[in-house]
Amino acid sequence: MHELGIAEATLDAVRKEAARHPGARVTRVGMRIGELAGIDASALRFAFEAIVRGTDFEPLQLEIEYCLQKRKCLDCGLDFVVRDYDLQCPACHGLRSDCIGGEELDLAFVEVEEYAAS
Amino acid sequence: MQRVELGQKVLSENARIAAELRDRFREHGILCVNLISSPGSGKTSLLERTLERLPKTERVAVLTGDIQTENDAARLRRFGFPVKQITTGGTCHLDAKMIEHHLSDWPLENLDVLFIENVGNLVCPSSYDLGEDAKIVLLSVTEGEDKPLKYPSIFFKSELMILNKMDLLPYVPFSVEAAVENARRVHPGIEIVKVSCTTGEGLDLWLNWIEKRRRAANAQTTESVV
Repeated sequence: MHELGIAEATLDAVRKEAARHPGARVTRVGMRIGELAGIDASALRFAFEAIVRGTDFEPLQLEIEYCLQKRKCLDCGLDFVVRDYDLQCPACHGLRSDCIGGEELDLAFVEVEEYAAS
Repeated sequence: MQRVELGQKVLSENARIAAELRDRFREHGILCVNLISSPGSGKTSLLERTLERLPKTERVAVLTGDIQTENDAARLRRFGFPVKQITTGGTCHLDAKMIEHHLSDWPLENLDVLFIENVGNLVCPSSYDLGEDAKIVLLSVTEGEDKPLKYPSIFFKSELMILNKMDLLPYVPFSVEAAVENARRVHPGIEIVKVSCTTGEGLDLWLNWIEKRRRAANAQTTESVV
């Protein structure tokens, strides 16, 4: 339910980035959302489309990369993806690991396109 | 067409203010905890039972967040400690800017512990760092033991889970064992304290937890170094 605020923060960041590229327009924005971030991707998409409508940024495509929880095993060093809350290392079956992914709420990239010379 | 890699946090402005708040709390050796739960899990009741047990000389303050009303602040002011209501006017969580704003006229050098009671919501508050030392999640036995699996973010990020309303266990089909197991599936290291704000069960354990963390926070003050 706070996806609207997240969408606004994203559009603000896009606005800042657009200001650094005079003579070009932002056509696509990429986000990374972790499964532990507490963000609903479809609600975010809905909110983003709603606030972009009627602005100079329209049309602006939103690409969301959904990131599962990733951990590093402290026993054997393997990086593994957690499924269904199973935190056991699939290689050595160790239970000690650090979380190295899954909390993302990141603005990954923007794509900008030069305006055609008139 | 040009692709510009950014790799920045969406909530970078919130993160910046939260980092400033954290620095200020450290500078003054303040323990700050952020209480998060669904509406009605007992955050205000836990704070009432906490404040009424603390000696009046303790340097404790509360910021309490709600969408509307001053009700919680009125409940908590009865105990004589400084309490401020943050009314968000519709926003479903507290953010760092609200905390910064409401602390602006409070002398932090007079404070050892700051309790922040977030807006009742098990989802959104987990995304916003408020500069706290620890997030604390409350789960009451009337909510169902599967909540940690359904709302993993806040259980993953909390250092302590308060399992509240233990006195109601005889009346609800709730398995404490399953709730604990679910919380630890999401967050193996989470500490758990079982509490009843009605009978007082477990409140000593909770107060001990706060006292332990208060000592740690007060000891790491950067004031004494300067």
